Amino acid sequence: MNTLICIGHVPDTTTKIQLTPDGKQINKEGVTFIIGPYEEYAISRALELKEGGIPGKVSVICVGGPKADETLRKALAIGADEAFRIDTESTDSFFIAHQLASFIKENPFDLIMMGKESIDRNASEVPGMVAELVGVPCVTFCSFLEVNNGKATVRREVDGQVELLEVPLPAIITAQKGFAEWRIANMRGIMAARTKPLKVIPAKEVEEKTYVVGYELPSAKKSCTFIQPENVGQIVNILAERGIL
Amino acid sequence: MAILVFLEVKDNKIRKQSFEAATYAYDLAQMLNMPLKAVCIGNISGEEVQKAGRYGVEEVYQIKGQDLDKFLESPYASAVVAVAQAVNAQHVVVSQTFNGKSIVPRLAIKLGVASFSGVIALPTIANGEIQVKRTAYSGKTIQIVGTKSTKCIFSVKNNAYKITENPVTCSIVDFEFKPSAEDRTVTVKEVSKLSDKVSLTEADVIVSAGRGLKGPENWGMIEELASLLGAATACSKPVADVHWRPHHEHVGQTGIQVAPNVYIAIGISGAIQHLAGVNASKTIIVINKDPEAPFFKAADYGVVGDAFEVVPNLIQAIKSYKG
Repeated sequence: MNTLICIGHVPDTTTKIQLTPDGKQINKEGVTFIIGPYEEYAISRALELKEGGIPGKVSVICVGGPKADETLRKALAIGADEAFRIDTESTDSFFIAHQLASFIKENPFDLIMMGKESIDRNASEVPGMVAELVGVPCVTFCSFLEVNNGKATVRREVDGQVELLEVPLPAIITAQKGFAEWRIANMRGIMAARTKPLKVIPAKEVEEKTYVVGYELPSAKKSCTFIQPENVGQIVNILAERGIL
Repeated sequence: MAILVFLEVKDNKIRKQSFEAATYAYDLAQMLNMPLKAVCIGNISGEEVQKAGRYGVEEVYQIKGQDLDKFLESPYASAVVAVAQAVNAQHVVVSQTFNGKSIVPRLAIKLGVASFSGVIALPTIANGEIQVKRTAYSGKTIQIVGTKSTKCIFSVKNNAYKITENPVTCSIVDFEFKPSAEDRTVTVKEVSKLSDKVSLTEADVIVSAGRGLKGPENWGMIEELASLLGAATACSKPVADVHWRPHHEHVGQTGIQVAPNVYIAIGISGAIQHLAGVNASKTIIVINKDPEAPFFKAADYGVVGDAFEVVPNLIQAIKSYKG
């Protein structure tokens, strides 16, 4: 079984987001970039399945600029066998989905995994778009995946409800918490990653559907109103005012 | 031409989030001088469907097919597309629930239009092009995005657009839709509830606790407070990591993102990753013994005090208020 994990090159979760002076972009200076945390679950699970006796290759792909190579190397250090980067800085979901779909059509995989959302755009659009463009089923928000006889059994966790689904491969599965445990690359992995293949592919020409006009920072919270511990009754009033009590 | 809103059904009822989307769609329809129509998938009562009329929906296309009783993204997306084509929809509005998120990208491709997810305000027209505000970087920024596409899908962030009643007479159209074989490759084996409690993404109030609670044995008062308020219980990442609480209670950037009306954080310091999961909450109340806890900077109300004293006192105060 050959597995492809589509990963994002995104700011670390601890990043305090700041804008460029013209507000048109995020100030990337001094920002550490990481593999999207949900995609990391998917990488871990792919490796677990392989180690569990399902033979095949674990590949990772990122649609991004040259800086994303470092993130792809991290995925190789964790244990992926090969990496691909489609060379573009575009952030339009449709454009990205089109690139991935073209790649997948030319290089078929049995299992394609992504994160439930990217932590920069938070749109959750790319998986469904790729599924639609390639013509394969997709199951989102999965917290469990098992593969047997060309079928995946997944648990989709949404709104306090658990759905157990069966999906024929090839398919796209998106991962959320519970899917697997994150892995830390060890020194041997980091060394091995240097020589594993990382192929850069030019982007296909396709028109973007959306463009970014700019950013705003959310208005800061007005300062916190402090309540003395002996006056917790005030919290009761706050809850009552909001119709909760 | 019409504006079409997708009404999501859960437990035989139209979800509250769908009424947020309907209100957004109504305001959009007013702006563009178009009628508001809806698509509703599920064999629910006419009385329930007609609730959409309160929020300005003139006509609901109801699809009752038995093979659509459980959500599956592919057939649901195809069903919405069939109605969008039948009503010649200019824009489609969806609530950004898990299921909403799952169908939006498929709608965008099938209809060949632009999609905007996580929108928090009505679009504006600049130089003849549609622009809209959405949140990005886990709520740390607001992104303004535009499109040349004249048709769009707007996926409205939960609890970001206030429900308003705009009552109209609402009629129901029985719409026939049969999913194709390609749409039916995924099968639902079983559906179960994670717990008997309110789910985090649907809760109006969330009581959340962190390492300040010292151990899993101390969650009794958290559960009690939550049950008094009809609230869901949540926890911080470190607490889920050490298995004091189940993973599905982990709220934060890498867990569940929530947007309740009131979020009560007890013994949680407020790391930036936790805040990214709760920053869409309307009111945040923080109880922490450390006055320097970063959470106070993101809070509306704060109590600097020992949780083991403050929480029991709060429980007592609520009980006496309720009489």
